[in-house]
Order: sequence, then structure tokens, then C-alpha cells
Amino acid sequence: MNDAVAGAPLLEATDLVKHFPIKRGILIDREVDQVRAVDGISFRVERGETLGLVGESGSGKSTACRAVLQLIKPTSGSVKFEGREIAGVGRREMRPLRRDMQMIFQDPYASLNPRKRVGQIVGDPLKRQGIASGSDLRRQVQELLERVGLSSEHFNRYPHEFSGGQRQRIGIARALALKPKLVICDEPVSALDVSIQAQIVNLLDDLQDEFGLAYLFVAHDIGVVRHISDRIAVMNHGKIVEQGTADEVCETPKDAYTKKLLAAVPIPDPRESRQRATHR
Amino acid sequence: MSAPLLSVSDLKVGFATEEGVVQAVDGASFELRPGEVVAIVGESGSGKSVTAQTIIGLTRANNARIEGSVKLGDQDLTAADDAEMRELRGERIAMVFQDPMTSFNPVYRLGDQIVEAIRAHHPDTSKKQGRQRVVELFEAVGIDDAERRVDDYPHEFSGGMRQRAMIAMALALEPEVLIADEPTTALDVTIQAQILDLLAELNRERNLATILITHDLGVVAEVADRVLVMYAGKVVEEGTLDEIFYDPQHPYTWGLLGSLTRIDRPRPHRLPQIAGSPPSLLDLPDGCPFRPRCPHEFSKCTQYPGLEARRPDAAEHRDRCWMTPEEKREKRVVEGQIGLEPPREVRQA
Repeated sequence: MNDAVAGAPLLEATDLVKHFPIKRGILIDREVDQVRAVDGISFRVERGETLGLVGESGSGKSTACRAVLQLIKPTSGSVKFEGREIAGVGRREMRPLRRDMQMIFQDPYASLNPRKRVGQIVGDPLKRQGIASGSDLRRQVQELLERVGLSSEHFNRYPHEFSGGQRQRIGIARALALKPKLVICDEPVSALDVSIQAQIVNLLDDLQDEFGLAYLFVAHDIGVVRHISDRIAVMNHGKIVEQGTADEVCETPKDAYTKKLLAAVPIPDPRESRQRATHR
Repeated sequence: MSAPLLSVSDLKVGFATEEGVVQAVDGASFELRPGEVVAIVGESGSGKSVTAQTIIGLTRANNARIEGSVKLGDQDLTAADDAEMRELRGERIAMVFQDPMTSFNPVYRLGDQIVEAIRAHHPDTSKKQGRQRVVELFEAVGIDDAERRVDDYPHEFSGGMRQRAMIAMALALEPEVLIADEPTTALDVTIQAQILDLLAELNRERNLATILITHDLGVVAEVADRVLVMYAGKVVEEGTLDEIFYDPQHPYTWGLLGSLTRIDRPRPHRLPQIAGSPPSLLDLPDGCPFRPRCPHEFSKCTQYPGLEARRPDAAEHRDRCWMTPEEKREKRVVEGQIGLEPPREVRQA
């Protein structure tokens, strides 16, 4: 595999396509149609920046994440990480790259193995990549736990002993264990209470500054996406309909779908809500 | 003002567990009038859902202890037996749940499930009449092509459409009170806006009284008339929509308002957040349970104040915080969390 290309963006997806076949028939599977989940999208994420990918359920944003990480094989198109082509690369070849690209999942209840202790969950990536073991592993994991706002005493606890927000912190510690360059966050706060969302968003902000992380931040809530992102790409029906800086997209949206998305965000100001209701 | 339709007074709900009694709701009181929307706001574990479930009689487990009263007209629901409650549910009070994916039986057609609910209360309704009624209901809640859609299974509906179907089922027997427990939390924002519009329309046109349970004050601003903020089983602040948003009195309410991302304002460098997490109901601190998370704690906070009106100009705006309204206004501004200007009426006062 080639080495990193100097000056290349951290992540660059070009004409990325993922179609799922719809099959009919009992003995002979005939492909009758396709779901065009991701239909030719292009975007890039630079080192240390946050690209927000916003869209509603079914827009293809989660499929895009998975295709970028090669958790599913893209139908066509290119995904370059530090200038190296990774689309269609095998699992074995991906493994060393996984150090540099990690993921935080939406559901803090389903994304942690209930039978493993927190120490194991956060420490496993370190162990698998052969980075740390024994007392060194324990020390590193405890530092991570403290860094994400948990306590080192939580090392031996099980996931069920934690609240949703705390579980999401465990997921963040796990993603950070390998000191990745890119973290893909797939709806990391949408299952949490609003007050806890703010805590997690602030934590992600701090960690980005501290470790120079780049985020691909995927969510349906354009308010949260705008807060955390440098740039935003709006996705609808498998395509990116608008892309620009966070303030451009939210303050002077050009695409009709972006406008619709912005108009639907509730405004916590009764007077403004009343005014908007009369315009709707 | 019309007479209250539903009045909840000093409602307490405790659950006996191996580790002790969990007092999920500890003295909630409020009234609901026809056509009014009362929002109950709080984090997970604040007691907002248990309050709603107790009203409709869904918390009657063997280990539950329910005190206080829930009066619907003259009838005390906490004293009603199971048969009376069954009669009443759907007929007078109906509920819409958060998760439209799991609230229908996946192996029956949607129309049949709703017809079954209608026939359970009105056995003389024919299946054909029932079906016709469901078609009307689907049309009323904005489901297109209702005639054909009543024969669909739940999985053939999208999340937003399923939530509409659930609202249709809740309305089937024309209840006076609708309890909506996080009705839009599982939905996309554009669908959320449609469902909130629908709920507001039902309030206006059918004079439906609604209890809206949510953790999102943005949703509250869109539809509610009055707001109760709950924390650790107790109501910590209650008032009209404008009072809560433009002159919030309790530091917990400030925190909830501050932690929202606002699409209509410039981005703050950092989101104001409430530190820590809600206390365990088995191990509450002495005095105010919000004390450990409150940046304004002082000596008096080891005693818990009652829910009282502290603003001389607003008799119905109550809260549980020792600070005077002047201190609160000052602290709130200093924190810079509440970017909201008071409305003209409050400013003049």
C-alpha cells in the first residue's frame, strides 16, 4: 500500500455510490430494482476540521459513513484517506488504517457489549492493535476514562450501571483509545436528553482541540450540526444537495430542502414560534 | 377561565425496590382545562413520564404506592378500579407514546387494530362502520389515501405516518384529554414540525386538553400554554409559556434553556451546559436536589423551599428556589445563558 500523499486531504470521497439490490424470486434471485442509498456524493474532510453531514432518516447519511469506513463495500467511487485509495480494500489491509479512523455510534445502549466491563470495552482496541497490555493498558484506559469525564474507578463496572450520557462517554473513550486522526460520529447525541447533549457536544469540542481530531459529524438535527461543524453538507435522497461553511448553509441556504430543514427546527422562543406558525 | 377538566393534586408515586422506595413523583399538582396544553419538562428520571402514566392508570404495579388524587371531573382516578379505568381509557383520556415502532402490533393491519379499540368500547359498532370511522380518522390526522392505507401493516408506514396513525387511534373515541409522551422525540425535525402542527390543530378545533411530556423546550415553545418543570420527582417551576421562557426563576430551568442549540442566534463558542447528572432517587441530597449541580448554591439550600409564587407581579408563576426574583434576574444575566429578552408585558411590569 502506498504511503500517505503529502498535502492530500485527510479524507476525500469522490462520486461515492452505494446501491442495494432489491431481489425477487425463490430459486433464481433476479435483481428487479435498486435502492440508491448513496448516489454519487463527493466531499472532503481536512485535518482537525469538522464536516457536518445532515439529512433525515433515509437520506443515506449512515450508509455514507459505513461506505467511508469500508464497513460495507461501496458500489463505485473512490474514498481516499491521506491520499491512499481505500474503497474496496480488504479487511486485513484495512486493519492498520482502523487506528486512524474510528466511529462513535448513535445508540449508547446497543453499541456497548453488556457482558464486558468498561475497562475491557475501552481497552480492547489498544490490545488488538498491540499498543498496550497489562498495567500499562490499565493506566492508559483509566486516563482515557478521566479525560472523557468518567472516573478511573469505573474501570471494573458494566455498561448497565451507567446512564445514556455516561455510556456515550464510554463510546467516545473507546474511539479515542487509538489516537485516531478521524472520528466518524453517527448521530452521537440524538438519543440523549437536551441537557446531556450539550455536555457531549462540548466534550467533543474539547477533545478536538486537544488531540487535533477531524470529525465527520452525522446528524439529523441541523441545530447541533451547525454548532459543532466548520462546514456542512446537506444530504437528501442519497445526494448532497448543498455544501458550504456552517454559517453560509444555515444563514443563506440556497437549496429548497435545506430551507425546509431549517424552517422545521423548533425555536425555543414562544414569540418567534407564534410568528413562524402564522407564516407556515 | 373555564373549570378544570383534570386536576392532579399532591400526586405521589413510589416504587418499592430491593434497595428502598424510589419516590418517582413527589407531590405534583396541576390543573388542565379544555383546549389547553400543559407541558411537563425534565430530564430522564425526573418523574414526568410516571406522572403521565399514573394519570391514565398504567403504574398500578404491586410494588407501587400512589397517593394524592387525580380528578377527572368529579371522579377520582386514583380510586377507580381496573374495570372503571378500562372504560375510561380511550373514551375520556387517551395516550400517545414515544415510539411509534413498538406501539402497534406488527402482525395485524393498522385499521383492524383501531377498529378493535372502537368495538371494545362500542360493541354494537359493525366492522364496516368501524372501518369507515378509521378512514375518517386517518383523513383527520393527514394520512393520504386513507381508504387504502387502513389495510396496511405497521411496517408499511414510515415513522411519522405511524405516529399519525397512533394519534388517530388515540382520537378514535373522542377523548377529552390527550397525553402525549415524547410524541416527536423519535422523529425527524420536518416530521416533528408536522406532528406538532397537527396537535395544535386538534387543540384548537376539538378543544382537546393535552398533557405534553418532553425533554425539549424547543418543542414546548411551539405548542404549550403552561409549563411544569420537574426535577427528581418534584415540580421545581411552573408558569405560563412566556413566564418560563422570558423570566425563568429556577436555575435548573435556566440550564435547560441554555443547553439548547439555537438556529436563530449566532453560534456561542461553547454551549452552556448543566454539569453532572440527575441524582439517584434512592440517594437524594438534603435540601434542594439540584444543589450539587447548581452554580448558585448558598447556605439556605440545605433546606428545600416549597413551590411558591415569589414574583409579586405573577401569582401563578411558582418555583422552588430561595433566591429573590431580583437576585435571579441578576445571576441569569451574569451567566449570559439566557439570551432571551423579556416580552413587552413583562418589561413594563
